[in-house]
Amino acid sequence: MDWTGFDPKAMPVEARGIVTQFGNNVIHDNLEFRMASEEIIGLVGGSGSGKSVLLNTLLGLKNPEGGKVYYYGRDRSTLSKEERASMKNKMGVLFQGGALFSSLTVRENIMVPLREHTDLSVPLMRELADMKVHMVGLPAQATNLYPSDLSGGMRKRAGLARSLALDPTLLFLDEPTAGLDPIGASAFDELILGLREAMNLTVLMVTHDLDSLYRICDRVAVLVDKQIAIADSLPNVMQHPHPWIQEYFGGPRSRAAMSAQTG
Amino acid sequence: MSVGEKHKFLDAPDYDVTQSGRRLTLRASGAWTLLQIAGIDERLRADVDPLDYDNVTYDLSDVTALDTAGAYLFARAIRCDEDVCYPYELQGAQKGQETLMRAAADAAMGRPAPTTRQWYDTLTRMGRATVKFWDETYDTLAFLGQFLVVFAKLLVNPRRIRWKSVVALIEDVGLNAAPIIMTLSFFIGAVIAYMGANLLASFGAQIFMVELIGFSVLREFAVLITAIMLAGRSDSAFTAQIGAMKMRQEIDAMTVIGMDTFETLVVPRAIACLVSAPVLTFLAMISGVAGGLLVAWFGITDISPVLFFSRFQETIGLKHFWVGMAKAPFFALIIAIIGCRQGLAVTGSVDSLGARTTSSVVQAIFSVIAVDAMFAILFYQMGI
Repeated sequence: MDWTGFDPKAMPVEARGIVTQFGNNVIHDNLEFRMASEEIIGLVGGSGSGKSVLLNTLLGLKNPEGGKVYYYGRDRSTLSKEERASMKNKMGVLFQGGALFSSLTVRENIMVPLREHTDLSVPLMRELADMKVHMVGLPAQATNLYPSDLSGGMRKRAGLARSLALDPTLLFLDEPTAGLDPIGASAFDELILGLREAMNLTVLMVTHDLDSLYRICDRVAVLVDKQIAIADSLPNVMQHPHPWIQEYFGGPRSRAAMSAQTG
Repeated sequence: MSVGEKHKFLDAPDYDVTQSGRRLTLRASGAWTLLQIAGIDERLRADVDPLDYDNVTYDLSDVTALDTAGAYLFARAIRCDEDVCYPYELQGAQKGQETLMRAAADAAMGRPAPTTRQWYDTLTRMGRATVKFWDETYDTLAFLGQFLVVFAKLLVNPRRIRWKSVVALIEDVGLNAAPIIMTLSFFIGAVIAYMGANLLASFGAQIFMVELIGFSVLREFAVLITAIMLAGRSDSAFTAQIGAMKMRQEIDAMTVIGMDTFETLVVPRAIACLVSAPVLTFLAMISGVAGGLLVAWFGITDISPVLFFSRFQETIGLKHFWVGMAKAPFFALIIAIIGCRQGLAVTGSVDSLGARTTSSVVQAIFSVIAVDAMFAILFYQMGI
């Protein structure tokens, strides 16, 4: 990993005073968000609260109307072209549907970032792609399949394998367990935990899966009323008086998920 | 030199290999990461592969950075006997690196067989293409049969026809296509007139231009231009629309709700084509003849409109008009059927949508011209 211009000890992602608006519709108003190194942070919020927009802002797909995003201590707007590219290589994203290129096999999908950003030999790229396939728990035969031949859960794993292709330090997951059965979802949670340990990942996951929040998130950030109301460990978040948070974590589904965890 | 460059320079990965008995010791240093290993891959392979040993000891004390790619290169040195692999040992590894090596070793041991291309690949593909051609023909004919059954049932009970979508489709297929088809036909008429003018003038038989324009436009060109434009415009649109619906499972949803896909999607498109094609053909005839007339009038031959029309009436029988018009519904049906069938044959991937749209247009134009040739033989035999 090339750290030129960045400070690996600094906070991986920090958003200060983010303002986002579409026309007169303000989505984020002076939003503050921080991610600590090697933590898994869950981002929750109601539908339409701007989670996806925040994710896009942190990824650099969208420029906020106000405020700044810092990566490893550097303001994004001051990065040079090379630094921007090297920052992109430090980030992996798993989009909701996997966003695999449908004309390429799983192996070719994983090789895309490798081809773009490294000068490895093609056989080595193939081997590394197969290794990623193995790491995300897909069967070896899956490497030669096309995305349309995969089930929803396998597609997510393949998407994860592609997002890990360049060994990022930052991993963004958009609803990783949505649409998976409970067994598949908890296996995916385990996978994230294992990968974090192996690759020292810092993970941000947008999720509505209460089981995931209870099981693998070190901290939970709640996006409500255009700001991050609280970003703390789950027990502390649940003490927060905001009515939406109370309803979210006090509902029957949440209680069921909690009792499942505490046994 | 900036700090970063120096950092990179100092970190270049290196190793040295020593063997004692059946044990290999790989002492690595520097940064073994994705961006640094390109140069060392071949070297490591060349050094390690010919050696004969069982177990490996990795000494990672001097490794400054390790990621999955680097770990994988290490793990490739692990030797296996049948399906049992010899255990490896790690020295000086940090905790994260241990996990990483375990994952890499895991992956390196279970490598899938590489796919190789066989020499008879070309033959296989030719065979597949031939079989696919017959399958496509068969399926299209089966689809036509199925359509005719549903269509006949609907004709008995016309209230079940979705007139709303029929009208909307006629606007799209017929009305919106009229300007472009008329323009093209006008040009074709003019081109025929120019070609004929030169040739016929050399015999002093300029007046036969009228027959040339009349025959060719009425019998062939008007209806062919219409059919080819419909194949390019509407047939591709049918395939894309229905294919996209198929991809988003809309077709499945319709089937589950109890709507017949033929009734809701295919029949309205076929009716729209059946109604639009003759009208468009008629318009194409008018503008084609007009194009010829203008060239005959202002071009080298100087045939006035009055002369043109009186000659037209005299020499060109009504049957030529009907020969052209009679073909329009057949072409319309070909286009609608092929467009809808290809759309319904789309599977989950974006690729298949593209492939189906391409083959839809190709098949439609091919069939239109093939059927036109058959009509030519038929009319010749009938003496029309």
